[in-house]
Amino acid sequence: MSGSTTLLALNRATKSYGAVHALREATIELRAGEARALLGENGAGKSTVVKVMAGVHRPDLGTVVVDGEPVVFHGPQDARDAGIAVIYQEPTLFPDLSVAENVFMGRQPLAKARRIDRRAMHRMVADLFARLGVPLAPEQPVRGLSIADQQLVEIAKALSFDARVLIMDEPTAALSGSEVDRLFGVVRTLRDRGAAVMFISHRLEEVFALCDTVTVMRDGAITHSGELADLTPDQLVRQMVGRQLDQLFPKEEAEVGEVVLEVDRLTREGHFVDVSFAVRKGEIVALSGLVGAGRSEVARSIFGIDRRDAGEVRVAGTRLRAASPSAAMAAGVALVPEDRRHQGLIMDLSVERNATMTLVNGLTRMGLIRRGSERAVATDWTARLQTKVHRLSDPVSTLSGGNQQKVVLAKWLATKPRLLIVDEPTQGIDVGTKAEIHGLLSQLASEGVAVLMISSELPEVLGMADRVLVMREGRLVAALSREEATEESIMFAATGQQMGVAA
Amino acid sequence: MPHRRRFSLAALARWELLIFVMLVATVTLGASLSGEFLTGANLGFLTQDVMEIALIALPLTLLIISGEIDLSVASVLGLVSALMGALWNAGWPMEAIIPVVLVVGALAGLVNGLLVTRLGLPSLAVTIGTLALYRGLAWGILGDKAVANFPSSYTNLGMGYVGGTSIPYTLILFVALAIVFGVLLRATPLGRSIYAIGSSEETAFFSGIRVKRIKLLLFTLTGLVAGLAGIVWTLRFASARPDNGMGLELSVIAAVLLGGVSIFGGRGALLPVIAAVFLIGGLRNALTLDDVSDDMLTLVTGVLLIFSVVAPNLAQRLRELLARRRAASALELGSEP
Repeated sequence: MSGSTTLLALNRATKSYGAVHALREATIELRAGEARALLGENGAGKSTVVKVMAGVHRPDLGTVVVDGEPVVFHGPQDARDAGIAVIYQEPTLFPDLSVAENVFMGRQPLAKARRIDRRAMHRMVADLFARLGVPLAPEQPVRGLSIADQQLVEIAKALSFDARVLIMDEPTAALSGSEVDRLFGVVRTLRDRGAAVMFISHRLEEVFALCDTVTVMRDGAITHSGELADLTPDQLVRQMVGRQLDQLFPKEEAEVGEVVLEVDRLTREGHFVDVSFAVRKGEIVALSGLVGAGRSEVARSIFGIDRRDAGEVRVAGTRLRAASPSAAMAAGVALVPEDRRHQGLIMDLSVERNATMTLVNGLTRMGLIRRGSERAVATDWTARLQTKVHRLSDPVSTLSGGNQQKVVLAKWLATKPRLLIVDEPTQGIDVGTKAEIHGLLSQLASEGVAVLMISSELPEVLGMADRVLVMREGRLVAALSREEATEESIMFAATGQQMGVAA
Repeated sequence: MPHRRRFSLAALARWELLIFVMLVATVTLGASLSGEFLTGANLGFLTQDVMEIALIALPLTLLIISGEIDLSVASVLGLVSALMGALWNAGWPMEAIIPVVLVVGALAGLVNGLLVTRLGLPSLAVTIGTLALYRGLAWGILGDKAVANFPSSYTNLGMGYVGGTSIPYTLILFVALAIVFGVLLRATPLGRSIYAIGSSEETAFFSGIRVKRIKLLLFTLTGLVAGLAGIVWTLRFASARPDNGMGLELSVIAAVLLGGVSIFGGRGALLPVIAAVFLIGGLRNALTLDDVSDDMLTLVTGVLLIFSVVAPNLAQRLRELLARRRAASALELGSEP
């Protein structure tokens, strides 16, 4: 089908967010009657491609090309007018309105006196559903529909705009097998009628089931583009991860001691099931897997942010009370959360207040805070982590991302934890600070702290971890030793592919 | 380390400073309107007249800083007042009535707190409900009557002055409580937690702060102090009525917001709130001495309140606008490496 016309293309598109190159000279062509897969690790730049195509972002350099003509999208509205529709993982519908009202939101057909012509609207939506072969009723409210049905409503909405390009950003993440089949049926119908489809998924078997061509991204650049039939799953995974390990991870050898954390058949409905593992003194254990595999949720449940439905957590042999962060803290657990700005810090408060937030209870005399001790603790820990702070009374929001993360670490290290859980500890942080944080984690382990690290960056996982646990779709699917862990073995486990050759 | 003196802090402090300036202006205005204003007797009366508002403002300041609100405080005051009357009628001694009604006040606050923290309901909705509920209970307890035969040894505490001075007894009670609440907010871990919860409840929870427990405590304290204000009110007017303190919640909230406490939580201090209470009280007193009508008084309070909410907001927007301008010009200068 390579002879068909190109409907939408990016031509050497480049996009940076500050110092981060999200997209480097990416060229992608979406052709009529063709389904193209866009693959890559977390953070490879897939979402940026989608955002540029959808008119959410404009490329810094390079062009968006529609029907052979370079265009500039000033917003999502322009992209939609050009016939480009995006289906996201989470449908964005109004739950209290009917299916038909959602499809025609903002452009309802009008009858006399500018009243909405409900009958016409329902008839048009019923036609759309008939074309898609979907058994949904136009007057049904969206609330109560499954995610899969909501996505079909989104597709109907796209069709009502005469969309010719359908971009699907991990639409299957929340779908069951039969729902995926039905979605694919609809997508194939559209493709065969001449639409161009771009499909993003971490599940390789779906990619092979649906797509004709593939584009692979790594670090913001396109590394491979071609017919999917030419590649094996094995080769695809290698294309996605094949980069050199950098030398940023100075792992110190630590003596591994007794068990600190024991997680026993931990389950939280809808998030993760039957997760069991242990972390020992002096050990860094990485929890790896794709975004949405349930890694953060496990960490939150251990620390008591979320409740758990079954199983238990023991720290140094004693059972931890569920759903109580203060109980976890008392047992010596610390959690450096994923979302620094909303969970790790209070941006309006000073560096000092943030750094001492976790242990201010211990800095009192007769119930009153000893200001001197408070300041001393804050000074001590910010200095030990080499945090660049102008003055401790400055709001923490004035610091750079890396220094903010150091304040979060300071706040937790000041509690002298025996188990430190870090969730994406170096996300959005410059390279230098990243190396410092890696050095710190390694040093903590050598001092006898048990470290559980969640990271989407494979080099970080491979560089730091003594053992790697891999999660996929809420389950622990692999436990790899430092020797067994490679980018390939982790990605194979995380995506559910069998290794091509026995390792 | 030379350079910019704490800009952000100055911006924060500015509104609070304005409150004190306005308080001084009010006193000056009062003195110029009437020779009576600055007499000891008038100042003592003025003080006594705002004591219930001042008392309730103390815990309510903490509650609003934590990001919640309690609209039922005046109804708790009324409930406690009605209960005092009913128990006195039933022949209870005052020594027993006072602890019992205080417990009832605290329980009323606890119910608010439980509904908010256990059921996860918004406090605005919950306390609009209990505003009606508690007032209804007050009517149910005492019906359409008033109890006025309290012993003078007790009513003197509400309306009397410390021997020979113009210092009301109730002021001593208030100052003691203000010190307790002030220290609690400024110098204890609980105070830190209150600010943390109001600024970012999620981060507070992730930091091991017992968010629900603290909110429950604050609601209970608010109920307790509102109950105390009910006792003060009843003794001051020597009259227990179910409609005592109707609408007082708005005056209290007006004072707290005028005192610079952010309705969104996370910001505020006690001293400017106390200043705001006396600002409103002083203004009303001065205008009353000048024979200005009651409607006018309400109007002035309303304008002040709107001003207090709008002014910081406008200042913020202005700052943002200037910052954007600066950023834009910096971008033009520094574009294209």
